[in-house]
Amino acid sequence: MTILNVLVYPDENLKKISQPVKDFSADLKKFVRDLEETFRSFPGCVGIAAPQVGWFERIVLVDISHKPQHASHGFLVLINPEIKFYEGTSLGREGCLSVPDYTGKVERAKSITLEAVNESGEKLQFCMSGYEARAVQHEMDHLDGKLFLDRLVGRRNALSRRTEVST
Amino acid sequence: MMENWLMLTLVGKDRPGIVAEVSHALFNMKGNLGEASMTRLGGNFTIMLMVSIPEKKSAVAEKLRPLCDKLKLFFHLDEVEADLHHHIEPDVRISIHGADQAGIVAHATSALFKAGLNILNLESDVGGNPENPVYIMHIEGVAGKGLDTVDKALQTLARENNVVASMTPIDTMVG
Repeated sequence: MTILNVLVYPDENLKKISQPVKDFSADLKKFVRDLEETFRSFPGCVGIAAPQVGWFERIVLVDISHKPQHASHGFLVLINPEIKFYEGTSLGREGCLSVPDYTGKVERAKSITLEAVNESGEKLQFCMSGYEARAVQHEMDHLDGKLFLDRLVGRRNALSRRTEVST
Repeated sequence: MMENWLMLTLVGKDRPGIVAEVSHALFNMKGNLGEASMTRLGGNFTIMLMVSIPEKKSAVAEKLRPLCDKLKLFFHLDEVEADLHHHIEPDVRISIHGADQAGIVAHATSALFKAGLNILNLESDVGGNPENPVYIMHIEGVAGKGLDTVDKALQTLARENNVVASMTPIDTMVG
């Protein structure tokens, strides 16, 4: 397995739109293993998207299981993911491997229903909320060339009753 | 070569165009802005900004003076170490609000300091109307002695000062 080079903003490649995976070959499985090793090499990180390493196919990995305070579906390999249903909003702080030394507040859907396929092309469906839903939405944004910087909520935020993170 | 960083502090009666004119003046001196806080406090506009600039502090001050005189702005320059790219992540956000009263910031920040909080950002506003002003404060910081210690300090603060004080953990998601 190989640790891949992570693209860092303002690299223009981070704005590219990734294409759906069509070929579920051994090459795809090898790439997913390399992407996982890259992801695991950043302690505290909860997800990575293929375009962050310059591979422009719709693949994201998410694993928040090392944060036991949040409900988790474990290690997720999500290929061609689509969010079918959004509910509620939540404000939380995000950072990104591709944007070092900066974090900011971002509004995301609180709960989502997600469909994807795995490396063998088998259908997956998840209902998730809170931290894990935030991680999936953050990673899926990369597939459309978006960064959390595109969704920042201003620093001044008065008397908001919105949830800062978790839940 | 070491970069020459200055911290520019600037205050004056608010009017449109202050930011554009000041930043343009710095740009004309080949200044490169770093991090900045620019905000309206009451009817005043305030700027604190870092600027990396080839000229010495005295020369920058000399060139800023005519503009600041024209805009009726007080300003001050200090030589500083930039220390950029070392952001500290907050792990707690605190909200305090209540009827405005002298000493609330002193009481709150003393209690939070004793509870181990390192304040990274504090913003406060006076809202309500002149007869019944309301004080609203938001703080982000690092809870050096843990969140429970901060929470207990806030409960005591709320009880003793008749304010609403609450905290929310910040669990930054890095993806």
